[in-house]
Amino acid sequence: MGKMTIEQMVTQLAGGMGISIQIFVVTLVFSLPLGLIVAFGRMSKNRLLQTIVKFYISVMRGTPLMLQLMVVYFGPYYLFGLKLGSGYRLWATFIGFVINYAAYFAEIYRSGIQSMPVGQYEAAQILGYGRCQTFFKIILPQVIKRILPSITNEVITLVKDTSLAFTLSVAEMFSIAKALAASQTNMMPFVAAGVFYYVFNLLVAVVMEWIEKKLNYYR
Amino acid sequence: MKLLELNHVEKSFDDLKVLRDISLDVAEGEIVSIIGPSGSGKSTLLRCATMLETMDSGEIVYLGKKAAWTGNDGKVIYAGKRELKEIRSQYGLVFQNFNLFPHYSVIKNITDAPIHVQKRGRDEAYAEARELLRKMGLEDKEDAYPYQLSGGQCQRVAIARALALNPKILFFDEPTSALDPELTGEVLKVIRSLADLDIAMVIVTHEMAFARDISHRVVFMADGIIVEEGTPDQVFASDNERTQSFLGRYGSVL
Repeated sequence: MGKMTIEQMVTQLAGGMGISIQIFVVTLVFSLPLGLIVAFGRMSKNRLLQTIVKFYISVMRGTPLMLQLMVVYFGPYYLFGLKLGSGYRLWATFIGFVINYAAYFAEIYRSGIQSMPVGQYEAAQILGYGRCQTFFKIILPQVIKRILPSITNEVITLVKDTSLAFTLSVAEMFSIAKALAASQTNMMPFVAAGVFYYVFNLLVAVVMEWIEKKLNYYR
Repeated sequence: MKLLELNHVEKSFDDLKVLRDISLDVAEGEIVSIIGPSGSGKSTLLRCATMLETMDSGEIVYLGKKAAWTGNDGKVIYAGKRELKEIRSQYGLVFQNFNLFPHYSVIKNITDAPIHVQKRGRDEAYAEARELLRKMGLEDKEDAYPYQLSGGQCQRVAIARALALNPKILFFDEPTSALDPELTGEVLKVIRSLADLDIAMVIVTHEMAFARDISHRVVFMADGIIVEEGTPDQVFASDNERTQSFLGRYGSVL
């Protein structure tokens, strides 16, 4: 690779940004609802289901995300002999991130749901709300308000974690910055990457603060 | 017809027998006060009657329909989902600590169940809720949120919320125990004003003067049994030793 102009480098980095943002969005869109389902499993009265979900959460939280990504990517070949081609890299990244983050979100949901006073359930029962109505109309909105600060923490971590996709040679922001820095013997790509993650998280913080304020209409 | 019949209700928490063979009837429009020392099982009885708590044995009948009964194996059987839903619509409960929904405004707290549970029209539900708020002296609070209200105002909203579902029988579980004397007064005034609505009321309370004034019948409970019941005059003039020793402490307020 010959010397590149700053402009060329920025173009490449911008492409990486797009992938990073894609990983971020896909992970949130799927892991937030999935986390709620996992939380239900974790709180299930069915002992078997509860144990399985508990084990899943402990593995997701107890092993490095980098390793999990590799298992998702290489697993199908080594375990089942499936050849999925290099297009699977990005999919493996999505899957790995979603199942990892769902586990963290599940525990956050659980803490929120279990902190709800039992009186809210009792009032809903007396008023005749069904189980679904009680959860989605009465409990969940209050749970979301309670857990928002913990969710913000996870989302900020996720922004930085997207850089782990480099493990699977996915051309996200950080992989490209690393490659450019090496081939161009230039520190600029790292500076750009740092600024990118920082500004991204600044935005996340602003958005989350806005949502928190929106939910401040009651106490 | 009896609105509510409780027959031989038993309830234990671990080894502690909280209710021992309790039987109690409530007739249409009747106001029954349940008094007695803390830990005598009054609240547990209310929670069993409203099915927030399951009983260990006994029978619960609303309007001639069995809600729960003891099966041949000695275990309590509760009616099916649909029957229970129907039965639950006959009664309301006002909690000691209100249990309003904090994320709903006052008017939404009152109208949400009529609209989404009873499937009544929105306009009708709102009109009725405003009428109830007026009765409660809270007409200017419909857009307020529970955290902006005093305890007494919260309890009045909770009463309006229960009334909005048009129950035939309304239970009160120590409705003023979380309130200071001034707020207690305003809530009791509201409950008194319901007396001519022809809704049956079962009130667990420590407000003796109130119980004596408002009730058709007073039930005195101690240690999980009904020690005696009768008209307020009968119970408050009782020569039963247990009743006297309890009421004696309230002598100064009477």
